[in-house]
Amino acid sequence: MNRDPVLSVSGLSVTYDVDPPVEAVRDVSLTVGQGEVLGLAGESGCGKSTLAYAVQRLLRPPAEITGGQVVLHAVDGAAGGDVDLTTLSPAEMDRLRWDQVAMVFQGAMNSLNPVLTIGAQLADVFTRHRPAMGRAERTATCGALLEMVGVGADRLRSYPHELSGGMRQRVMIAMALALRPRLLIMDEPTTALDVLVQREILQEISRLREELGFSVVFITHDLPLLLEISDRIAVMRAGRVVEVGTASEIYHAARHEYTKRLLGSFPSLTGDRGDFVRKGAAV
Amino acid sequence: MTTLELRGLTKRYRVRGSGHMLALDDVDLSITSGRTVALVGQSGSGKSTIAKIITQLERETSGRVLLDGAPIPRRGRGLRAYRQQVRMVFQDPFASLNPYHTVHHHIARPLLLDRVVPRAGVDDEVAGLLEKVRLEPGLAARRPHELSGGQRQRVAIARALASRPALLVADEPVSMLDVSIRLGVLNLLAELQEADGLGVLYITHDLATARHFSDEIVVLHHGRVVERGPSDDVILHPRHEYTRALRDASPDPDRHFGGGRTADTTGSRS
Repeated sequence: MNRDPVLSVSGLSVTYDVDPPVEAVRDVSLTVGQGEVLGLAGESGCGKSTLAYAVQRLLRPPAEITGGQVVLHAVDGAAGGDVDLTTLSPAEMDRLRWDQVAMVFQGAMNSLNPVLTIGAQLADVFTRHRPAMGRAERTATCGALLEMVGVGADRLRSYPHELSGGMRQRVMIAMALALRPRLLIMDEPTTALDVLVQREILQEISRLREELGFSVVFITHDLPLLLEISDRIAVMRAGRVVEVGTASEIYHAARHEYTKRLLGSFPSLTGDRGDFVRKGAAV
Repeated sequence: MTTLELRGLTKRYRVRGSGHMLALDDVDLSITSGRTVALVGQSGSGKSTIAKIITQLERETSGRVLLDGAPIPRRGRGLRAYRQQVRMVFQDPFASLNPYHTVHHHIARPLLLDRVVPRAGVDDEVAGLLEKVRLEPGLAARRPHELSGGQRQRVAIARALASRPALLVADEPVSMLDVSIRLGVLNLLAELQEADGLGVLYITHDLATARHFSDEIVVLHHGRVVERGPSDDVILHPRHEYTRALRDASPDPDRHFGGGRTADTTGSRS
């Protein structure tokens, strides 16, 4: 399927300038299409979170982008609209971040401020990015956002500890979607949740995506999950993307050894028993 | 042959302001040498409470815990002897090992405390246990921060095996580990179980590994056992709607694509 690209990453490298320097992301090139779900699979330390932070220009020293481009494409190819995020000034990036590209962080359920109400934290997005918005409109918009993610506007005055993990995760998604970004980067958004809640959240994301038309980069080590929800999957290892393909290509015809090994790490839930696990008393 | 039985186990926690919370409600469960029972359920279903009661880190409110038919001892030397028989492997290998101590210290401690071998034989026993969990003997001098997550969990398993227990309670033993090494650790547990005739209670929220690494699955929901049976039956033909909901919510690309995935399964054995 050919889609207009929303984001193109080309030749991106990130180095942690410690001794000896660590090349966390090496020469990575990826595109995310309009309305696409791109899965980014990999294990701890492979550079997947560093890549996400680099795209958002959220890296802190000693991490540093040492090469490559991150191009955010203009809507409908409008002239002069493509911007290379790596060349923007911090102030320009501040305006663009969250407005165009938002992120749901790893452990998001714990990234809400415990001493502020949900409403106050959501309103913060608008005071920062939509300063002209009046207080009444702000409250109404925040309420609508909570309704949209299925938490309910009556939770505006709740504190984070009064919500379950799944509800807090929904609040984080509402916050990320507040400005109707074109791209949502989700870093292990459901890892801490149990399967039933995870499934609800995934269905919610898929419904919102149909409604609002944003693209998603979904980062996780859970390859079976990515196979179900992604259009395409990129597999990362040691800072490099070792393989990119449609979910079906990765599932049926993975080419790279590491991808095969990763696939082989997940025993089948309902399919045949692989020979990699114990067979009764026969081992 | 050792059997641990939980009969009518109930645990109530007092909750400030609102009375009580029923964490376990009339649970029956038994673990026998040579068999693996998987205990599955969502967070909050009571899985870890069962582990804590089995290891007597918590007291049950009512019900009985029987080892080979006799009530388990509650204190003193008897309790220590019981805990020598029933060991636990914890979820987080980054938290369950003491950062100040070497691998050798972690494994030697139960050997000395339980007088498993004479003092002079401790070093050999530590080396043997490391070999058993497929770690280099040279790792004995290292401290936890010098080890990977998988190596740490192997140390935790070696420590649990040091007192030569009959039963092992493994509470989410691989959920903190990187995916490509999880099967390696589970296969290790499975092999040790067969070699030593261990009985294992495998506590997990992962239905796929529960199915493949256990003989029986017990499904816990709000502190009650809602379904139990041979592992393939429970996953492939669940009778209870909660089991079905759990299964259907779990990612299952083989169902999604109708099978035929590529996978290199040769590397994951070790």
